[in-house]
Amino acid sequence: MEFLSNLVNGISLGSVYAVIALGYTMVYGIARMLNFAHGDIIMVGGYICFISMTSLGLPVLVSILAAVVVCTILGITIERVAYKPLRSAPSLAVLITAIGVSYLLQNLALLIWGSDPKSFTSVVGFEPLRLFDGKLVITSETLVTIIASAIIMVVLTLFVNRTKVGHAMLAVSEDKGAAQLMGINVNATISLTFAIGSALAAVAGVLLCSAQPSLLPTTGAMPGIKAFVAAVFGGIGSIPGAMIGGVLLGVIEIMSKYYISAQISDAIVFAVLIVVLLVRPAGILGKQTREKV
Amino acid sequence: MNLKNLGRTARRNLVTYSMVIAAYIIIQVLAAMDLLSNSLSGQLIPICAYVIMAVSLNLTVGVLGELSLGHAGFMSVGAFSSAFFSVAVGDALPTPVTLVLAFAIGMIAAGVFGVLIGIPVLRLQGDYLAIVTLAFGEIIKNLLNAFYIGVDSTGFHVSMKDATALKMDETGRIIIKGAQGITGVNRMSTFTIGFVLVVLTLIIVLNLIKSRTGRAIMSIRDNRIAAESVGINVTKYKLIAFTVSAALAGLAGSLYAHSLATVVAKKFDYNTSILILVFVVVGGMGNIRGSVIAAAVLTVLPELLRSFADYRMLVYAIVLILMMLFKQSPQIKNFCRGIGERLRLGSLFHRRKAENSSSGKEG
Amino acid sequence: MALLEVSNLGIAFGGLQAVDKFDLTIEKGQLFGLIGPNGAGKTTIFNMLTGVYKPNEGDIILDGQNITGMQPQKISKAGIARTFQNIRLFNDMSVLDNVRVGLHNQVHYSTVAGVLRLPSFYEKENIMRGKAMALLKIFGLDGVAKQKASNLPYGMQRKLEIARALATNPKLLLLDEPAAGMNPNETAELAETVRFVRDKFGIAILLIEHDMSFVMELCEKIVVVDYGRIIAFGTAQEVRNNPKVIAAYLGGE
Repeated sequence: MEFLSNLVNGISLGSVYAVIALGYTMVYGIARMLNFAHGDIIMVGGYICFISMTSLGLPVLVSILAAVVVCTILGITIERVAYKPLRSAPSLAVLITAIGVSYLLQNLALLIWGSDPKSFTSVVGFEPLRLFDGKLVITSETLVTIIASAIIMVVLTLFVNRTKVGHAMLAVSEDKGAAQLMGINVNATISLTFAIGSALAAVAGVLLCSAQPSLLPTTGAMPGIKAFVAAVFGGIGSIPGAMIGGVLLGVIEIMSKYYISAQISDAIVFAVLIVVLLVRPAGILGKQTREKV
Repeated sequence: MNLKNLGRTARRNLVTYSMVIAAYIIIQVLAAMDLLSNSLSGQLIPICAYVIMAVSLNLTVGVLGELSLGHAGFMSVGAFSSAFFSVAVGDALPTPVTLVLAFAIGMIAAGVFGVLIGIPVLRLQGDYLAIVTLAFGEIIKNLLNAFYIGVDSTGFHVSMKDATALKMDETGRIIIKGAQGITGVNRMSTFTIGFVLVVLTLIIVLNLIKSRTGRAIMSIRDNRIAAESVGINVTKYKLIAFTVSAALAGLAGSLYAHSLATVVAKKFDYNTSILILVFVVVGGMGNIRGSVIAAAVLTVLPELLRSFADYRMLVYAIVLILMMLFKQSPQIKNFCRGIGERLRLGSLFHRRKAENSSSGKEG
Repeated sequence: MALLEVSNLGIAFGGLQAVDKFDLTIEKGQLFGLIGPNGAGKTTIFNMLTGVYKPNEGDIILDGQNITGMQPQKISKAGIARTFQNIRLFNDMSVLDNVRVGLHNQVHYSTVAGVLRLPSFYEKENIMRGKAMALLKIFGLDGVAKQKASNLPYGMQRKLEIARALATNPKLLLLDEPAAGMNPNETAELAETVRFVRDKFGIAILLIEHDMSFVMELCEKIVVVDYGRIIAFGTAQEVRNNPKVIAAYLGGE
């Protein structure tokens, strides 16, 4: 039962990672950059939702919507201002810029909202699920997280594979130049990708803060990095890969926390990244690429 | 010596050394005249440590061209191993001997970690390499936070759980106590030692850059495929750069640790790595003198401007973004050039006017 | 014994056979041309010869040593040097340093000797400098030795790439479209330089080029590839009149 409970918790945490990893992987696939600030958008989403609910007293769904809208605008703005001018620059410069953006968001949040942790009240308001005569208790947050993540993944997969805009995104990730020649608006597609990724980050922020009800300016950083690990694990650029990688990583983290040591569970998660990159650099579902000479 | 006979690089290096030595002399004079504020004199050793960190990170970022986000991890290895040694030795050896040995151990331990981490990591490139160095930095911090080591009459005891798991007898003494780190470190570091280590670091890095090895490293940065095609062993030279960089970070860690009463892993986290990266970027990637100046100025500035301290990281973040945009974006570069030309035209116009009014002979 | 013997070389990228059953024999001191339409697999052949790609099948024997699938840096040591279609210089380094990197395996001293500035450092650096300047002089680049490589005009960059390749003391030099982007005068000058290099260093040269008159005039033997396979081989005369070659270039059947 213990194992089962851990597994459910792992899947729940992993689903959040998967939702964040989707943002990473889509942006990486299309803009060929590691958006370091992605994790901090999660944090912004958490704060916006928190403020809407507590200070403004708005209903839960409206607050979530507010978080999504603010993060989407934030994501597009960041892309336009900081990343777009560097599209032809070396990856080192882009990466440093992204780190700068990440730091900017954290420190702005620190100035605006202070360094005291905000206790986030859960957005879910129903009773936990009790199975096997109450031996296995699944909290409502866990349940909602898993269900919400599953819905997001299905919708996103359908969107990318079934709609014209989704096809445009696939085309841009395949070959920017060719996509442009086919009449696809590359800049708009990249903006859209950032918008979707940031909207997902906002949702992930709400889910994450519901499960771990303490909100800080640095809340998003670690889950963000772990979600990147998940994206690499699954094969960066691959949407199903991000989902599998996210869930697996969540399970690994919870299991190692419980069965090995809570203190070094993060170390184990990062060790997974290193092993994956060494054994199969392209990840579980990634494509091996060849450098053109 | 005739300065003109020296190469351009040699002259530039001479300026760097002179600058560091002059700064040291000025500070010593100010200290002797009692003109240094307490907060500033307390910053002298950290400044030296950060200068060494920035210079060594520049070797990886600016000279090798790979982004390392775990540089503080190596600093931490150096700090813990050297402090562990000096605490374990206690008064058994004369202080200078302990100091030299402790610093050597810190440097070697970090260098060994550099090799161990470098071998797998350096097979990767770009974003992957950056994220894996970040991961290693976090792993080191996590493990050190859970690391307990003590000594008793039967020898050393190690645990990854807690102090009681060390199972020591009554003579036992805990040296590294998990997240609480190492306490009772002998604060042997002085500003003069820091200065000597800065000069040592500069000698190592500047000489390395201007040698066969340094050129091989830079060729990998500029064009890996071309470097391979002329017979450069890419893995070997990446590893040399990475290891030297790690060992020097270990040296900085040793220096820093022996200026603190307590050494904890939390001090050497991701934020420290980023701070060092800010120094390198602000000073100019590949520009060693720039790293020295940036590290020193950006460490002192928040101390001098108290009101600035709150906004420090915010400003750094903006500086980081702007530096990259202004250096790397073609549109913004052109825009700036446009403004520059307009300004120059403006000043030309003014000069001509001035000339006309003053002499009128030429024109 | 021939300097380079390539037999049955082949490579496939994701099901596409880019090069198939490629054979080539180059003698010492020979000037050899490799031509063919765009996308015929010429650069892929260079990439296999220099170890950038590992061939799926076939053998590459250089001077009796099997170098098939070896790492690029080992192949460089074995004696093949190259230039690239899209120039690959060490852009942020000086012209002189570019050539000194090329001399890396010709003049040795240890990292420690370099850091500690031991006598061997000064001695070997002097030798390196002399050799590098001599090479630059051949290409008329000695005047710009201190400049950053990226600041050179296009033609000089091409020359610098050849100088750097020669610094590795190769037995065989591969030139990938050396005349690309040059005007007729520069091309004629380049042909002189290539001949001069061959005579002075006594090395064999294999070059890819689209400028037909350049290849026909310069190369003693020419091999023509299309769709990854050899379609003709021989002297300039023989190749020029080969109906298959004409068809490949004109796109006929």
